[in-house]
Amino acid sequence: MNKIIEKEYFSEAVVKLVLEAPAIARNRRAGHFVIVRTGDKGERIPLTIAGANLERGTITLVIQKVGVTSTKLCDLEVGDLVTDVVGPLGKPTHIEKVGTVLASGGGVGVAPLLPIVEALKEAGNRVITVLAARKRELIILEEQMREHSDEVIIMTDDGSYGKKGLVTQGMEEVILREKVDLAVTVGPAVMMKFCSLLTGKYGISTVASLNTLMVDGTGMCGACRVTVGGKTKFVCVDGPEFDAHQVDFDEMMLRLNSYKLSETEAYENFLNSNPKP
Amino acid sequence: MDGVSEYLKQERDQEWRLALRGNMKNKERTQLERVSMREQAADKRNKNFTEVNLGLLKEQAMLEAQRCLDCVNPTCITGCPVGINIPKFIKKIEAGEFLESAKVLKETNTLPAVCGRVCPQEVQCEEACFYTQKLKKPPVAIGFLERFSADYEQNSGEMSVPDIHDKNGIKVASIGSGPAGLAFAADMVKLGYDVTVFEALHEIGGVLKYGIPEFRLPNRIVDLEIDVLKKMGVKFEKNFIVGATASVEDLKAEGFKAFMVGSGAGLPNFMNIPGENYIGIYSSNEYLTRVNLMNAADPAYDTPVISGNKVAVIGGGNTAMDAVRTSKRLGAERSIIIYRRSIQEMPARVEEIKHAQEEDIEFMNLHNPLEYFADENGRVCKMKVQKMKLGEPDSSGRRRPIPIEGSEFIIEVDTVVVSVGVSPNPLIPQSMKELEVSSWGTIKVDPESMHSSVEGVFAGGDIVRGGATVILAMGDGRKAAEAMNRYLTQ
Ligand SMILES: Cc1cc2nc3c(=O)[nH]c(=O)nc-3n(C[C@H](O)[C@H](O)[C@H](O)COP(=O)(O)OP(=O)(O)OC[C@H]3O[C@@H](n4cnc5c(N)ncnc54)[C@H](O)[C@@H]3O)c2cc1C
Ligand SMILES: Cc1cc2nc3c(=O)[nH]c(=O)nc-3n(C[C@H](O)[C@H](O)[C@H](O)COP(=O)(O)OP(=O)(O)OC[C@H]3O[C@@H](n4cnc5c(N)ncnc54)[C@H](O)[C@@H]3O)c2cc1C
Ligand code: SF4
Ligand code: SF4
Ligand code: FES
Repeated sequence: MNKIIEKEYFSEAVVKLVLEAPAIARNRRAGHFVIVRTGDKGERIPLTIAGANLERGTITLVIQKVGVTSTKLCDLEVGDLVTDVVGPLGKPTHIEKVGTVLASGGGVGVAPLLPIVEALKEAGNRVITVLAARKRELIILEEQMREHSDEVIIMTDDGSYGKKGLVTQGMEEVILREKVDLAVTVGPAVMMKFCSLLTGKYGISTVASLNTLMVDGTGMCGACRVTVGGKTKFVCVDGPEFDAHQVDFDEMMLRLNSYKLSETEAYENFLNSNPKP
Repeated sequence: MDGVSEYLKQERDQEWRLALRGNMKNKERTQLERVSMREQAADKRNKNFTEVNLGLLKEQAMLEAQRCLDCVNPTCITGCPVGINIPKFIKKIEAGEFLESAKVLKETNTLPAVCGRVCPQEVQCEEACFYTQKLKKPPVAIGFLERFSADYEQNSGEMSVPDIHDKNGIKVASIGSGPAGLAFAADMVKLGYDVTVFEALHEIGGVLKYGIPEFRLPNRIVDLEIDVLKKMGVKFEKNFIVGATASVEDLKAEGFKAFMVGSGAGLPNFMNIPGENYIGIYSSNEYLTRVNLMNAADPAYDTPVISGNKVAVIGGGNTAMDAVRTSKRLGAERSIIIYRRSIQEMPARVEEIKHAQEEDIEFMNLHNPLEYFADENGRVCKMKVQKMKLGEPDSSGRRRPIPIEGSEFIIEVDTVVVSVGVSPNPLIPQSMKELEVSSWGTIKVDPESMHSSVEGVFAGGDIVRGGATVILAMGDGRKAAEAMNRYLTQ
């Protein structure tokens, strides 16, 4: 049981929670994640550790509401207990000063991208971040990204904010304009696929942080498996970051939809049974 | 060994045992028929998750106890990895002293209600029984009787808590809460140590909780046995991965003097054949974890599982039987075992195979999968299998399966569970570089003391054996406890 000691809304759909978890705070590094479960009947979901405070013994999570579990977590208040938090899991991000880094995030990937951007900036890189969404209201964490990036480019499908176009158009603009040493991409599998195709065209080495479905997060079940370079890898223990050009994104996209129907149904039921005042 | 036989003889010479032996002639005893376990009807039980075996009635247990000859040389004990004093606990049943019988079990076995249900008795204690060895008759139903006494005690509300030495304040840790870790913890706490069990998951029990299904081993039974450990003073830290949440070095700095690694064989194997990552193809660990640990079959729980209509389970072990019987209970029309050898070579317990057959599970023996195919949504819809025949015995002594060229054909499936074995959990070896491991990834230990290559670190169970049984894991845990006690007091 981990107590929530701070809560902040970044937007209606994105919440920052600060939890007591002294042992995890001590041992975590950028790129690590935790598995969280809320309620005795809850599901286990992975969330990136966005930050830690050693003195207070806390970790920070940034959670975007997309379904039942993420919404339940976002609805918790200061003083509430999160049933289970385990970690730090995964391999930490390889943080190095490489020069110019082009980070791209969209949808479910923006929250886990934040600590990576932060660490890369701190290591002395020039960081250019491209954030993408369908429309203005879905752009999240802009302010936080600006704090840790040299430049933030916003792309919306409908042009309601920033520039009109896809994430890859924003990225290509930068690539044509200046030398990019490394690209980092986190988001829906389809977005990462096209980001990876683009950077592949320009020969830019690219890291993708994969957000597959997970159960235990310790390498025990294989729910998180993906094909990387023709071999089956477990994202929770071998990743979550991989060489994007080796990842079979088509397979990953299919696997992410494993429970799409039942999840959508569960989410609707949940929203109907918990009407907002 | 002499000490043990001397002790057994003294026990056997006690008045009450003499009296019981006098009550009935051996000839009469051997004439009695072995009891049969009451069970749920097959066509009912394959639609629910409650236990298949219903336990023995009091009368049945007492009658079966009469079959035991209270042998001068009780060979049965040598077949039990934790050395339960079998005739003594059985004679307590014959005498009608069921709580006393349960106490005898607990002298050496921390989890009797578990072992009475899941031990492969037919190749352990019962295989070594005088009836099997010399009379060529069905053995005394040692497992059923063990379950009877343990259940009787659990239901009596008078769970006995074993005696504990004075506390010595020395902190020791178990890494993992499976049977190896629990048996270790029980022995160490009895000796007065301050024991903490660290567990990565949010439940205590290892495979007993996430693997073995409710219809064979209800979680409630496991929890009751764990409660006794808590009463004895064992501390449990859930959601704590040693090597991630804190390292062994960190724990040493916190005062832990020695460690027992019982981290299990938690890494699922796949066959690496085309299409194995399509939707609807699970490892048995994932499938069973979703249903057992996360309660996915109950709509009140958030975790989903695909409950298919045509389910193929690849493999022939206990895990495969558990997965295939689970799929039937989730409502599958067809649940099929696909195994590359014949039914005789299947490693699953005889009882599991029999129960599965009764429950309408189809067996495709001498078949092997080659490839999976998916529909437009990426969901598995068909698989290609090949027929096999048996060749010469291989190094394991089992006849080797040989593919029959040109015998491939397609079957329709919508869910597949791959249950072709597990590999040792790599978390601990990865976090302790100086720990010696075999080429399979199992931790190397001295077989007498279970001491690893790292000072003060012992190991046992599946992480050492690479996949074994509950009771062998418990035996290792006990051995490690004994050796650790010597190590810490010498
Ligand atoms: C290593 C890792 C780190 C992560 N870090 C964060 C984080 O810091 N903050 C955060 O908000 N989220 C993060 N995620 C994603 C997060 O785990 C999922 O959003 C969460 O599991 C959704 O659970 P749910 O029950 O709320 O939604 P569900 O009911 O499971 O899903 C709702 C909808 O979202 C889709 N969906 C679910 N999970 C994903 C996914 N991983 N990728 C794409 N689509 C998905 C489903 O298909 C479904 O349509 C991370 C994932 C991984 C693997
Ligand atoms: C489905 C199934 C059915 C089976 N049926 C039978 C049967 O009928 N009869 C029988 O005798 N045997 C059976 N077995 C085998 C038996 O369950 C195992 O041999 C036994 O559980 C091994 O015990 P263990 O203590 O070594 O490990 P496990 O039971 O695997 O427990 C290990 C525990 O350690 C935890 N862990 C791992 N790493 C860490 C870490 N770094 N920090 C903290 N915790 C950690 C894991 O989460 C796990 O809970 C079955 C196995 C399966 C999978
Ligand atoms: S623990 Fe297992 S092997 Fe030992 S007596 Fe009981 S059933 Fe037999
Ligand atoms: S060998 Fe069989 S008959 Fe003899 S004491 Fe053991 S259980 Fe009883
Ligand atoms: S989440 Fe289970 S193996 Fe990765």
